[in-house]
Amino acid sequence: MSTGNMNLTLKVWRQKNNNTKGALVDYKLAGISPDMSFLEMFDVLNEDLITNGEEPVVFDHDCREGICGMCSMFINGRPHGPKDLVTTCQLHMRSFKDGDTIVVEPWRAAAFPVVKDLTVDRSAFDRVIAAGGFISVNTGNAQDANSLPIPKMQADAAFEAAACIGCGACVATCKNASAMLFVSAKISQLALLPQGQPERYRRVQSMVAQMDAEGFGNCTNTGACEAECPKGISLENIARMNRDFASAKFVSEETV
Amino acid sequence: MSGFGNALSSSIGKKFIMGVTGIFLILFLIVHCGINALIFINDGGLTFNVGAHFMATNWIIRAGEIVLFIGLLAHIFQAARLTFENQKARPVKYAEYNGKANSKWYSRSMGLLGTLLLIFLVVHLKDFWVVSRFTGIPTVDANGHEDLYAVMKEKFQDPVRVAVYILAMFSLCYHLLHGFASAFQTMGWNHSKYNGIIKGASVWYSVIISILFALMPIAVYTGLIN
Repeated sequence: MSTGNMNLTLKVWRQKNNNTKGALVDYKLAGISPDMSFLEMFDVLNEDLITNGEEPVVFDHDCREGICGMCSMFINGRPHGPKDLVTTCQLHMRSFKDGDTIVVEPWRAAAFPVVKDLTVDRSAFDRVIAAGGFISVNTGNAQDANSLPIPKMQADAAFEAAACIGCGACVATCKNASAMLFVSAKISQLALLPQGQPERYRRVQSMVAQMDAEGFGNCTNTGACEAECPKGISLENIARMNRDFASAKFVSEETV
Repeated sequence: MSGFGNALSSSIGKKFIMGVTGIFLILFLIVHCGINALIFINDGGLTFNVGAHFMATNWIIRAGEIVLFIGLLAHIFQAARLTFENQKARPVKYAEYNGKANSKWYSRSMGLLGTLLLIFLVVHLKDFWVVSRFTGIPTVDANGHEDLYAVMKEKFQDPVRVAVYILAMFSLCYHLLHGFASAFQTMGWNHSKYNGIIKGASVWYSVIISILFALMPIAVYTGLIN
């Protein structure tokens, strides 16, 4: 942990668009405060680049408080950098030392094509959600919440699955670029609640089919996704998805 | 729509095939190791040869052998297919990838460990299975059973072969360390009340099976049993 300002070398992936080949480009940064977030450090870099008449580095970001799931940098071989349970925007420069070289790459997966530099197109996730990650309810007044009793443990498990912000770190870190942690969280958050039951087995089939169609890899249970997830989504969700998938395909009458 | 073909060709279905065949092979290893461990009775292989004779002649076992080969081939082909597909899922590799920060090396190296095991398996089948099923075991023991034990003693005089077998058991141990628990996760058998048992059983099983197998060539080569 550093206290004074730092001098750093950045190796940043620069790529014009998805049709061109990219490369790592070296940048020297001086006087970086340890209290800056990783993205603020990139803001400093971009200010320098703009001042020098160069193209700034394009990267995704939005809320900068760890809840939106937009930031997505692969830092020194790990998604969202070296700290557990944080997103890149919540990673601070005090996690690095003066003189460090930091390699920053975009998420790499066939299903996440690079848009430019560090920004990738994650709309594959949107299409997986659109395939079944919802419940159908009639409009009108919401019924009284107490008319649907839900055990506390069940509600907690659903809430923990719902904490997924869809950033794609699981895909990025998986050696197979598999999206199973994301998809299983989005299936579980509904499968655990009474409101999710009517479409439960249709949902798991549709969402898994869409996941496969998007070209994500196959899970080999290395557990890297769980370890790197900034929201601590558990592998139990993948097991639940597998169980539901087996029930849907081998027992349920309803096939999608 | 036919549900089953569709189910098994999906990403989760492919995992089911790996998991089911994996558990089947795990059960097979218990039988294989149990019968081979009869050599440690150290009675000149008489008991072991009874076991080997039973395995070679009982029709249920012979039918099971066909299922075993089908299961093994399914495991191998499915693994090759998965490896190929997973490489396609990340066409551009990372310049810097810190796998050890989030997962065990053997969980990321199942393909390599499996390939080493496949190479070993070819050697191993040629050493024993081909001899006992096809080319014939040359001698009989005091009970009149084919003396597979004598074949084993002769093969394990070669230090290179002994070394290959021991190294293969390291591959087996790490392959099982990931594969055993992984099969349960794949089948959806992940439950806080049982996860500790599965994890413990996974380690004990992998280590005991591998050590017992590795001790066989060592014991024969060093003359601990004769």
